[in-house]
Amino acid sequence: MDSAVWTALTLVFDPYVLTVMAVAGAFGLFVGAMPGLTATLATALLVPVTFFMEPVPALAAIVATTAMAIFAGDIPGALVRIPGTPASAAYVDDSYGLTRKGKAEVALGTSITSAVIGGLFGAVVLAFTAPVLAEVALGFSSFEYFWLATFGLTCAAFISTGSPVKGMVSLLFGLFIATIGIDIMAGQPRFVFGSTELMGGVSFIPAMIGMFAVSEVLRWAIGPRNADLHVRQKVGNVFRGQAAILRRYKLGLARGSVIGTAIGILPGAGADIAAWITYAVSKRFSREPEKFGTGHVEGLVDAGSANNASLGGAWVPALVFGIPGDSITAIVIGVLYMKGMNPGPMVMINEPQLLYAVFISFFVANLLLLPLGYLAVRFYGRMLDVPREILMPLILLLCMVGAFAINNTLFGVGIMLVLGVIAFVMEESGFPVAPAILGIVLGSMIEQNFMQSMIKADGDLLAFFERPISAVLGVLTLLTWAFVLFENLRRRKPREPVAPRASTTPEE
Amino acid sequence: MIRRHAFALLAATAAVAIVGGLAGAAKAAYPERPITLIVPWGAGGGTDATGRILGSLMEADLGVPVNVVNRTGGSGVVGHSAIAEAEPDGYTIGVVTVEIGMMHWAGLTDLTHEDYTPLALYNEDPAGLQVREDAPWSTAQEFLDAVAADPAGTYKASGTGQGGIWHLALAGMLQAAGMEPDRVPWVPSQGAAPGLQDLVAGGVAVVPCSVPEAQSLMEAGKVKSLAVMSAERNPTFPDVPTLKEATGIDWKLGAWRGIAGPKGLPDEVTQKLVPLLEKIHGSDEFRDFMNQRGFGMVWKGPDDYRQFMVESDEALGGVMKGLGLAQ
Repeated sequence: MDSAVWTALTLVFDPYVLTVMAVAGAFGLFVGAMPGLTATLATALLVPVTFFMEPVPALAAIVATTAMAIFAGDIPGALVRIPGTPASAAYVDDSYGLTRKGKAEVALGTSITSAVIGGLFGAVVLAFTAPVLAEVALGFSSFEYFWLATFGLTCAAFISTGSPVKGMVSLLFGLFIATIGIDIMAGQPRFVFGSTELMGGVSFIPAMIGMFAVSEVLRWAIGPRNADLHVRQKVGNVFRGQAAILRRYKLGLARGSVIGTAIGILPGAGADIAAWITYAVSKRFSREPEKFGTGHVEGLVDAGSANNASLGGAWVPALVFGIPGDSITAIVIGVLYMKGMNPGPMVMINEPQLLYAVFISFFVANLLLLPLGYLAVRFYGRMLDVPREILMPLILLLCMVGAFAINNTLFGVGIMLVLGVIAFVMEESGFPVAPAILGIVLGSMIEQNFMQSMIKADGDLLAFFERPISAVLGVLTLLTWAFVLFENLRRRKPREPVAPRASTTPEE
Repeated sequence: MIRRHAFALLAATAAVAIVGGLAGAAKAAYPERPITLIVPWGAGGGTDATGRILGSLMEADLGVPVNVVNRTGGSGVVGHSAIAEAEPDGYTIGVVTVEIGMMHWAGLTDLTHEDYTPLALYNEDPAGLQVREDAPWSTAQEFLDAVAADPAGTYKASGTGQGGIWHLALAGMLQAAGMEPDRVPWVPSQGAAPGLQDLVAGGVAVVPCSVPEAQSLMEAGKVKSLAVMSAERNPTFPDVPTLKEATGIDWKLGAWRGIAGPKGLPDEVTQKLVPLLEKIHGSDEFRDFMNQRGFGMVWKGPDDYRQFMVESDEALGGVMKGLGLAQ
């Protein structure tokens, strides 16, 4: 085993492999920072190039690309409130809020350092426990996934700011959006009004871009011209002050890394869900939960580490059992087959160095993130120097390109614009947008796993508590609900109701 | 005089235009600009993988870029519509999959195979019959006996969406065995991989996806394959008998993929693309790729492919009517 680790080290620390990783990393940074272009797309574009490579550089290239792309999604999120990837959406209000306060440097620096730490943690844990964890992950059936997704929904209660009722309405709106399209259970179209395009459902990326970025552009266009809230700022050394932040939130950092790694390893739950759950947990246990969503570093640290920590996890069931944890690893399995290596337990026995090489690549990729991320932030940071009158139309243009690119259809642009207007009206009326996004992310997962479980159990609801893991998850979720309800009731009595406030309404 | 001159001038202009036009057409032989290859399923899946390798091999030969575009959603309706509704100029073609013979029966679209110009069928993957390694049945016959003996609904199956190809394969097998097609209820999933995961996790009893899709779990000792629903055994899995060998039931069904363009592709285009696809199909690169991924290789040119789609459409319609899935 030690010799396999040693072989893996020599394979990865080869000048050619390291160069490939650096180039692939730069590519991932570029793609991830473009709204609408996802880490999955970056990987798919990489596949023809990997045809000509040995297995280790091919895998290392994919690892470097995805790690960078997930981080890079934070950059446009922090600067102009367009999360580059769904995984960045959880904390975009905080990172953008920091920029509005003139602290873009802090937001981006925290994104880099927490991503690096989370990523390194995930890589180390997986390197030592991969086969055991893969076995556990394989025990998850629809019952367990249902509870996991339901627990994710609970997060809405924590992440929404202002009135709980408005947060709930927003969540239900998101869940409604998720029901549009062909129902995968019965194969029947729902709410499509005869439109072929709507049969495919509302794509998440255009919806997300619309609800965050377009609504922001609208708010700027309608708001008073002279009260420009954006503070002129230079993005210089983003690592300034990071040591203090990391020391202050070391507990959250550890928590985010652990949750991210654990969720990442389950096939079907990935970086997105890891980021949302961590953010909610972070807020719940924070000493200053009222600051969340307004430009507070804490959630950024926790969730930023979680989404990078989760990346490595998805590779474990993919390599050990050939079951892809997400769409990226589905492509990886294809690449492995192309190289004549069938994923499966034989990989562990015949080519253990390959598995180690993947985790070492994650380690190296996360270290590479420090210099490459720094350069990328310096480059993109100039966006803040552009006058608003020029930047805002450019953002709208970028949004359109991104919404178009996801499915190569104008329909995506339409979805983006419609949801952008809806989100604008919602925020102006005090409805937080984040729960709606969460509803769109989790809606189909909840519905599908619930229906699957019901078919399997012939409609017996108690089946959700018959399997051990499922029972534990179910009880935890129900306890959390009871707790939230109880807390709300208790809080309501003595105090005056607080005036509802939109999550992004500026403090001043 | 003036009129005559004018006429001559006009004639000369026309002549120049015609000659120029001809010369232009001769120079600009198909293809002169990038070709779009539409894949109606998502990045990372089998259709995407085969579409991308075909695209890159076509690109190398044609000398123009072949852009693979995923148009996903709506159980394949969106992508298949995009191929059929494109301009029939040879610059938009796509991968048409078995679902073209299912979607219209389900009432999702009016599209059928008649809306396409078939070019080549390159892949067919027969359904298998996978159960957990520790399942009490060691042959397909024992499994069928158990299904017949125990009450309906005792065993559940998964591996694709409601009315998806593997669902129809299982239902058709039960029908051919003289049982109700819904005696093993279907648990819809988003594909073979989640279905297999559920099989291992103990959620369902059987997953009738193609055998190569279950390969890594078979090697892991988690899953075993009892039969394959085709005329012959898969050379990669010589120990897995055909359904007919195992049970005497003559039932065959599989997923397939082919390249097609919108209806009415000009001859110039088909005469260029069909020989090219045949050449690619015979190349070592393509063969290695297909074998390594475990995709079944078949070849049918335009006429055979058209006939194949007609037969596939009828077979699928029959099962779907039996299941009450046709509208």
